Amino acid sequence: MNHLGFEMEKVKIGSFDFTCCEGCQLQLANKEFTLPDFLALLDIRNFREISSERLDDYDIALVEGSITRPDEIERIKAIRAQAKVLVAFGTCACFGGVNSLKNRIPQEEAVREVYDGKAIETRPSMKISDIVQVDLSIPGCPVSKDEVERIIIGIVTRSQVSLPTYPVCVDCKQQLNTCLFDLGEICLGPITRAGCNAVCTTGKTACLGCRGPAEELNMPAYLELIKERGLSLEDLHEKLAFYNAFEPLATDET
Amino acid sequence: MIYKVISKREFKAFIDALVKNNSSFGPRKVDTGSNGKPIYQFMPVKSADEIEFDYTVSHLSAKRFFLPYHDELSHFNFSDGNWEQEIRYEAPPIILIGLRPCDINAVNILDDVMLHGAYPSPYYLARRKNTFIIGMDHLPLPDCFCHSMNRHTVNHGFNLFCSDIGDSYYLSINSSKAFSFLKEFRIEEPTYEDNCCLIERRKNIKNSFETKIEVSGLPCFLDIEFDSPIWQKWGDKCLSCGTCAMVCPTCYCYSVEERFDIDLKGSTRQNHLYSCNLVDFAQVTGGHNFRPKNGDRLKYRYYHHYRGFAANDNQQICVGCNRCGRACLADINPKDVINDLRLERESCMICVSQSPDKT
Ligand code: SF4
Ligand code: SF4
Ligand code: SF4
Ligand code: SF4
Ligand code: SF4
Repeated sequence: MNHLGFEMEKVKIGSFDFTCCEGCQLQLANKEFTLPDFLALLDIRNFREISSERLDDYDIALVEGSITRPDEIERIKAIRAQAKVLVAFGTCACFGGVNSLKNRIPQEEAVREVYDGKAIETRPSMKISDIVQVDLSIPGCPVSKDEVERIIIGIVTRSQVSLPTYPVCVDCKQQLNTCLFDLGEICLGPITRAGCNAVCTTGKTACLGCRGPAEELNMPAYLELIKERGLSLEDLHEKLAFYNAFEPLATDET
Repeated sequence: MIYKVISKREFKAFIDALVKNNSSFGPRKVDTGSNGKPIYQFMPVKSADEIEFDYTVSHLSAKRFFLPYHDELSHFNFSDGNWEQEIRYEAPPIILIGLRPCDINAVNILDDVMLHGAYPSPYYLARRKNTFIIGMDHLPLPDCFCHSMNRHTVNHGFNLFCSDIGDSYYLSINSSKAFSFLKEFRIEEPTYEDNCCLIERRKNIKNSFETKIEVSGLPCFLDIEFDSPIWQKWGDKCLSCGTCAMVCPTCYCYSVEERFDIDLKGSTRQNHLYSCNLVDFAQVTGGHNFRPKNGDRLKYRYYHHYRGFAANDNQQICVGCNRCGRACLADINPKDVINDLRLERESCMICVSQSPDKT
């Protein structure tokens, strides 16, 4: 490809799933009207959901899901060794995700509940960066296809790739929404990284922080406002823990 | 300006005809807050019945009709190793109904910034020119402080302004378009009594302000208080969420982003409204952030609003609507911040110096 005098190459990409619902990978095949153009930017070497080819010469690895089994640790290390750029793709990969709900109970209990006592090797959910170095994170449950397109284009054209640093409230206001706090609810929007167009709050559902913490977030001030408004700290705790994205911040103060 | 009086019933018929034939926006109730109070926004309206003429205040200002949150500035087409830029300044005509005097003053301030500076914005001009503004007065809410900012009355910047004088509206007609629209409807010359009612209404509004902020001499005061600990105190509360700037009728900052089309055959340059409270507002290439602290960022918001920047002739750009104060989850509001600042200095007893006496 030649673009304004610059040679451009398709990116050799591999997409891999670990413990997850595969919803983020599915997003890659979503948004049909731009799909052909999107796929034209990629040289897919390894992607179980859309191709039977299994090649190991990818440069960019999109890694979806969290790590919950010992064999996954070996697999992610092998991918890391091959990939020039490893992308944590989606909330599970970035933070542990919904899977981390099981971290709160003894693992045997989780196995009993889900697999009816079958022998399953499992361990508390870990984010990818707990095991290997992550070069780029694309958070979201699921990831936003718009953002994925923007980032892939950034990689292909070698231009700057970044995520919004500010919280969801900016997008939420721009969508003309009524603030859920004004309706008496707790919303994680003020501490969560924007970029999703505030889809949840636009649908009148509180933000649960799937995109993880906004940069330099002010947790003490946020906790203060929850207390000031007499909202339930238990509810707050539930919400903060939902995607495991705020865990290190939510410890003693609540 | 031409003054007329119209009965409320006739006014409704006039508005109804207007909105049925034009793309129009007016105050509508969108929610009821957990405090039981209605929440209003300027939303599309198709008949006069949909408009809450007696609304209190809109949660977001009317700014977005002139400065959309997201705006495409230009599109680039790439072909044969070359590129072409495509720019469109078109704005479809719209009618805005129910703006308050402070809201119209805010648009006048935006005019100063966007049109009267060194680089007038054609995007803004197109929208401003094509927007027909109908203003309406109201009794202030307990936390409105536009009177302190001297923005509680307005005498230009609108096409039509309606003062509520009981069973009728006292109309200030400020454009030939408005006059010709109205010709089809029953409007009367104001009588002696109507004039008295108008004066009475104005007096009533003026005397109804419960929130007062002392802004005299504030620019100088702010200069002196640049290093005040007050900024950190309030900054520590700030979530850097940008909500204040999003709801504010005069905040006009934006960021610009270039985006390739997915087929790489073109790209767009777009802006979206930003806020000086956001963490990377003053971050420059290379990563250095000139205002990494919440308090510093909050301070600059107050400086811009109450001290003014050279870019807008050092005028205060706050109109006193208190939208920022109402929307701020951290309860940061102009009244408390400014009072705190004044109190800190004015009650300082460390070095009571002698000012020259009257002679
Ligand atoms: S609803 Fe949530 S995201 Fe929206 S403004 Fe309120 S706190 Fe912010
Ligand atoms: S609003 Fe919050 S929970 Fe919903 S998609 Fe955005 S970041 Fe995720
Ligand atoms: S002052 Fe309030 S609304 Fe403005 S950025 Fe800070 S917390 Fe958000
Ligand atoms: S107060 Fe801040 S966001 Fe608002 S116009 Fe001034 S610099 Fe921009
Ligand atoms: S700074 Fe606050 S009170 Fe002043 S105009 Fe803006 S939103 Fe209204």
